[in-house]
Amino acid sequence: MKKILVHGKVNGIVLKSEIPINFLGTVDKKTGVISDKNHDLFEKSIANSVLVFPSGVGSSVGAYTIYSIKSNNSAPLAMICKKADLTVATGCALANIPLVLVSEEKFSSIKDKEKISLDTESKELLQ
Amino acid sequence: MELTREEESALKGEQGEIMQMAHRILVATGEATDAEKLIPIEWAHLSGVNYNTIGDAGEEFLSSISKDARVKVKTTLNPMGFDIDNVSNYDLDENFISKQLSIKNSYEAIGVTPSFSCIPYEIFDVPKENTQVAFAESNAAIHANSYDNLKTNKESAFSALASAITGKSPYSSLRKEDSPNLSIRMKVSNPTELTYGMLGFFAGKVGDTSVNISGLGEMDRRQCKAMCGGMGTSGTCAKFLFKEEESGIEKIDFNEKEMNNVFDELNTAEKGDIVTLGSPQLGLDEISDLTSKLKGRSFKKRCMVFTPRMVKEQAKKLGYTNELERAGCEILSDCCTCLTPLINKDNVDAVTTNSIKGAFYLKNSNGVDVNLKSLVEIVEDETR
Repeated sequence: MKKILVHGKVNGIVLKSEIPINFLGTVDKKTGVISDKNHDLFEKSIANSVLVFPSGVGSSVGAYTIYSIKSNNSAPLAMICKKADLTVATGCALANIPLVLVSEEKFSSIKDKEKISLDTESKELLQ
Repeated sequence: MELTREEESALKGEQGEIMQMAHRILVATGEATDAEKLIPIEWAHLSGVNYNTIGDAGEEFLSSISKDARVKVKTTLNPMGFDIDNVSNYDLDENFISKQLSIKNSYEAIGVTPSFSCIPYEIFDVPKENTQVAFAESNAAIHANSYDNLKTNKESAFSALASAITGKSPYSSLRKEDSPNLSIRMKVSNPTELTYGMLGFFAGKVGDTSVNISGLGEMDRRQCKAMCGGMGTSGTCAKFLFKEEESGIEKIDFNEKEMNNVFDELNTAEKGDIVTLGSPQLGLDEISDLTSKLKGRSFKKRCMVFTPRMVKEQAKKLGYTNELERAGCEILSDCCTCLTPLINKDNVDAVTTNSIKGAFYLKNSNGVDVNLKSLVEIVEDETR
């Protein structure tokens, strides 16, 4: 783990994307389903996954979307990114969703649909 | 990031959910921006007020935290979507009005001063040199860092809110002594506020966290504000310095060519159906100057003038508002050209303005065309 932005401990199944996510407008606030046709997660729900993606993009108001999906029980269990961006950082902080940054190598080694366990206390990320 | 024992305890939730959330926001922001600690701030200015920008999710969030959250330091507020005195004059839907009022009520419950202004540096007393503040409005953050000798990050709506609630902010690079790695040479002669707005827009695109600008000359308040507004719109740069010669750093020119590129990017119409003045909102100096420019003249089309309520009240006492209304101006408080729901493409094709910041948002958010002119040209062309 390169950096811990929001602390927490979870076990879950990886949902991986190679494309940055714009939370404002492309993620359904109620269901957590991605509505952007050009996204590799199109029509998939990010709910209850460990969401692995490069970074967030777009308006910082997207942080409220992350808060909304959490309020609607449609949020990921945790997020793992390569790069820090303030939308995802503050969104995860508002919603209390663990968020860590990992190196390029670590990011590449994480596979879609695999089991992963994350614990920011012990700084462990077990695949 | 190093936290004190008290901050650690807040982060663990020992001081309640609101303090825990606020500390989570500050830590996440601080880690993302490589800050090593939190430091006290004396004044927070919040963005995220207009229902047009924060939407249902923002309205719901503010409503839920307003039960328990209270600000710890002086906290002021950005404009909202309408002027509370004349909401009914505009064709706004019920949902917009009720959601906007809910947002207003939530901020008031939290203890925020309902200033509804994007120029806090002009309507409140500016604290002493090097005071740490947390301003989320981009033009205000740049103005604070560049003209008012204050120190702020270019805060997000969330980090500024967390700072208001905790009285603290991450010690990120803009709060420390910084040296820009780029200097822009201002080469355009006889600049107006429009030129400075374009220079700011250009500088915001090429600058990193701060930028030096040489050859600026004397600038009046309108020009300073135009530059801060332009810069805040186009990038993340949040400070400019005005040293004449900076050796050892990269230099680029801002000449007619660079200026015309910005103009062509933002100017999309030959003329406007209405005129808007104020983005950033006009202060008392500008209202006074506008009043004298409009002496014996009146607008040939609708002209909306945006100014903070505090300024409007002073202007009223001085007789300026009467004069401006006589000249056909519609004076609006609590809101601004930027992101206003009062202008939309169903009733307006194009807007004439002298604001680069206004132009950017009118075009990108309201979807209307923009005709850029300096105030002098506006008075010449649009009044008789």
